[in-house]
Amino acid sequence: MVCEMEHDLMEDMDIEVLPSMWPEDIGTDAGKQFNIEKPGSDQDMLEEVTIVEEPTIVDFKRLMELTNYTDRGSTQLTYFMKYLEYKQANAVRLLREELDNLSKQRQEVELRKLKILEEHRFEDIRYGDDKRPVSILDEVYDIWQDRPRRKNDVVVQNKGIEIDAEYDTVVYWKQRALHLEKLLEASIQREQTLIEKLEESIKNLERQSTPVEELSQILKRADNFLHFILQNAPIVIGHQDKELRYRFIYNHFPRLQEEDIIGRTDVEIFTGSGVRESQDFKREVLEKGLPAKREITFETELFGSKTFLIYVEPVFSKAGETIGINYMGMDVTDQVRKRERMARIREEIAVQKAKETELNKTIHITEETMRAKQMLATMSHEIRSPLSGVVSMAEILSTTKLDKEQRQLLEVMLSSGDLVLQLINDILDLSKVESGAMKLEATKFRPREVVKHVLQTAAASLQKILTLEGHVADDVPIEVIGDVLRIRQILTNLVSNAIKFTHEGKVGINLSVVARPNFGQSEDGQQKISGDKSNVSVSGLSEEKYFSASQNGSSDECRSPVKSERSRNGATEEQPHSTETTVCIRCDVYDTGIGIPEKAIPTLFKRYMQVSADHARKYGGTGLGLAICKQLVELMGGRLTVSSKEHCGSTFTFILPYKVSIACDNSDDPDDKLSDMEKDDAASDDATQGFFQFQPRTLGSLFSSNGSTRASTLRPQKLGLALPHNLNGFSQNSCSLPSNDVTSNGTTSVEDVIRVTTVTDSPEMSESGSSTTHKPGTENETVVSRDKCAQLQNCIACREIGVETKPSKIQQSSETQEKDNRTCQCVTSRSDSTSTVAKPPLEPKILLVEDNNVNVMVARSMMKQLGHSINVVNNGVEAVRAVQRRNYDLILMDVCMPVMNGLEATKLIRSYEETGNWDAATKAGIEPSSSTSDLQNSEPSTKRMPIIAMTANALSESAEECYANGMDSFVSKPVTFQKLKECLAQFVL
Amino acid sequence: MKKAELQQEAASIRRSLFDQGYLDEQFEELEGLRDDSNPNFEEEIVNLFYNDSARMINNLERALPMQFDKLDDYMHQFKGSCSGIGAKRVKLECSRFHECCAARDAEGCIRTFQQVKHEYTTLKRQLQTYFQVAKQADA
Repeated sequence: MVCEMEHDLMEDMDIEVLPSMWPEDIGTDAGKQFNIEKPGSDQDMLEEVTIVEEPTIVDFKRLMELTNYTDRGSTQLTYFMKYLEYKQANAVRLLREELDNLSKQRQEVELRKLKILEEHRFEDIRYGDDKRPVSILDEVYDIWQDRPRRKNDVVVQNKGIEIDAEYDTVVYWKQRALHLEKLLEASIQREQTLIEKLEESIKNLERQSTPVEELSQILKRADNFLHFILQNAPIVIGHQDKELRYRFIYNHFPRLQEEDIIGRTDVEIFTGSGVRESQDFKREVLEKGLPAKREITFETELFGSKTFLIYVEPVFSKAGETIGINYMGMDVTDQVRKRERMARIREEIAVQKAKETELNKTIHITEETMRAKQMLATMSHEIRSPLSGVVSMAEILSTTKLDKEQRQLLEVMLSSGDLVLQLINDILDLSKVESGAMKLEATKFRPREVVKHVLQTAAASLQKILTLEGHVADDVPIEVIGDVLRIRQILTNLVSNAIKFTHEGKVGINLSVVARPNFGQSEDGQQKISGDKSNVSVSGLSEEKYFSASQNGSSDECRSPVKSERSRNGATEEQPHSTETTVCIRCDVYDTGIGIPEKAIPTLFKRYMQVSADHARKYGGTGLGLAICKQLVELMGGRLTVSSKEHCGSTFTFILPYKVSIACDNSDDPDDKLSDMEKDDAASDDATQGFFQFQPRTLGSLFSSNGSTRASTLRPQKLGLALPHNLNGFSQNSCSLPSNDVTSNGTTSVEDVIRVTTVTDSPEMSESGSSTTHKPGTENETVVSRDKCAQLQNCIACREIGVETKPSKIQQSSETQEKDNRTCQCVTSRSDSTSTVAKPPLEPKILLVEDNNVNVMVARSMMKQLGHSINVVNNGVEAVRAVQRRNYDLILMDVCMPVMNGLEATKLIRSYEETGNWDAATKAGIEPSSSTSDLQNSEPSTKRMPIIAMTANALSESAEECYANGMDSFVSKPVTFQKLKECLAQFVL
Repeated sequence: MKKAELQQEAASIRRSLFDQGYLDEQFEELEGLRDDSNPNFEEEIVNLFYNDSARMINNLERALPMQFDKLDDYMHQFKGSCSGIGAKRVKLECSRFHECCAARDAEGCIRTFQQVKHEYTTLKRQLQTYFQVAKQADA
């Protein structure tokens, strides 16, 4: 019974629940930093987690110190203590209550005992009076009235004492006494049981866990949670004292033993970059007393390169002094790396973008430039055609009867026109070189002849009193292989440039062999940059032509590759060369002119640049000449340099590699022993001649001012004087020809001359230069011839003069006076027309090579209208066969054809013309037809058949290709009546 | 219709052929070649052109599974014919075809080839009308 009661009491007290096990400041309010579950609810959770305890290294003593000193530590302790006290008080109270209870019960028991004793005495007194049975415990009930609910629990022996003996008998009392004794015993027994119970309960109390244990359990749990959370965190937590010695450190990845860390400073532990910085940072925090964060990159032997984000917080004593720091570091190496990489990438992207924009800009500019260039080239090309028409027509006009004023106007017009043409040709040349469309020919040529002809040409157009000279070193090979046209263009350009800026003294060319191209340059130069091209181009050419015509072609080989091999002067011409070596020839063009100021040299070779505006005004020119020279030289693998001294002169030097055919002929021209350069005789073609000089002639050259001022801009009026032996001056005339046309030109001129001299027997032609006296007569003839000529023919003739310019010019120029030229011209045309009419066999034989039916029909009809019938074949092979059967006066060759294209066929035909045999054709698979040989023999191919390409893509490169393959000209498709007429006029009539 | 009207109509068809760019000056060249011995020169040559063209288009169609080199050759011939009679628009399409060919652009080739054929048939139809009217006018 008592036992139960005790339990109940205990339970009642339990209702007063324990306060939170955790100090309040780390309680459960929002924003708390530390959340922990109440113990008991889920013990299991942590049991599953293995907690490694080693990492924590604690200096417990220090911790105690800290808790003693620091605010935070003390609050924690205070709470801890309060809780303990409370618990103890509770326990004490419980015990005390228990004690109270027990003592009360004992009092009661004693009280009853007393009562009982008294009763007995009383009964003794009135012994026998009252026999009423009394229950001794009746009154006792009252005691328990305070706790009514216990009543039922109390087991009271309230049975009346049953005594068998008679009342008031001894026996009765005895019995009664015995009975009471028993009761007493029971009571004592009860008391004892209670005491036992009490002891037991006290023991129980003691057995209950002590608050310390409980707390440490809680702490342990917290610790476990911390471990659980921290076990994989890449962080280091530590505490360092005032001297920054570690007092505590938690490091999940410990590298050092406890003893290596505790009590030491960072600097003592690690070495490497970043350590000092972190130490300083901590010290700074320590001094300032303000927490701070910083990212520090460590580079230590211990853990390599790592970046830590460090948070340092000062720890204050109760007195407010800093006594150390708490420190937390987190490894952010990866993040930092990523961040850096991102930054780098961003940077790269930015750079990339900038580059891109830059590139786009450049591309844009380049495109614009290209377009502009293309535009310029196209424009120039487009301008050239109509302009040449204008100039040609003006030339024709100048042959008609004009009064003096009209003639002067016309001459201005012509000279301006020629200048513009020249300029356009320059631009086209330049853009061709720049666009890479310029193709070089490999031609065998004689450097000496080139030098001579260039000088000759220059001399012919010389309007100053200058000596022109040329030196060719002995070791310069007689024949080399290169693009003679371009080389001549360069030389002519440089020489004319030199002449332009030289007022007295001399201009000369030096040729010598150098071992290795040592591109000497000199910057002390100064001079004229203006490339006056007006005299430039390829004038030497026609001259040679002329020579070859009159000299049985002895000097022909200078001109073109093909030619050089076919010269038929009976001399021992070169055998096909077997070996080839390369030789570098240095070429200097020097003068005693005004020189070039040093500052102008850098821009010398730039386009449109002249030394100064003054020079440009004074000397004219476009500033393209040198640019073209430079481009051409570089295209051929050399370099053009200049050295100059102001007022003393300049020297332009270029060194070019040439191939040399060793097997080339070393025999002199047999028919020309005459190497007297004084005579300037074109015929003096000594292959080994090494020195040329053209002395100034001071004759009354000025008397040549007979009206043809036009020539003054382009060519010398006094050419007869400068070149007394020059039978006809057409060399000069051709100066203004576009270089492109040179090839065809030259050829034609030869044929023209031949034809004129042989067929027409025109006396004027054979003896040019002396025709002043013929003037009136020839003019009459002109009229007559016009009348006579069929209109068509006349027209063609005119066109020949006009549009095609070259042949007619060449003829024209045979005299210094325009009128006389015209006379010649007219004579020519007249005689042609008459001959066509009079001698049917002379009707030109024309071959059309064309695979397209439509075009064949068109061309045939056109030819029919022109009064010609033509042979038609359909491809290159058939063309070759046709040529094998007979010679033609003109071949119109489509370029693009099946089986064999026009270019190949032309090559084969040219090869035949040069070698006299069809070996090349045979090699190409074309067997000579049986009928070939006799015809061939009967008519030896002294004449080069004009082959006109018909090409659908009239681009310049395809024209180049045509020329390169030996074609003489080209017409672009579709063929028109007009084009055909011009063509015929140029090559047949 | 009266002869004058027919002539007028022929002239207007001809003019429109030029205006619409079907023909260019080369056709005038052909007209210039007409003479007494060849009174129908243009028509003859245009008929020749039809024949050639039919052959070449056939060739082209056979080469169309993208034998670029062959296509290029055939188209070159065809283009030559076109430029020979002054078929400007067909020629233009031929040039485009060439470009596609050069760029090895199969789709472009097929597309431009359709264009070529289209232009060609249009031209043929128009020319036929023109010659018919012209003949009537002459008759």
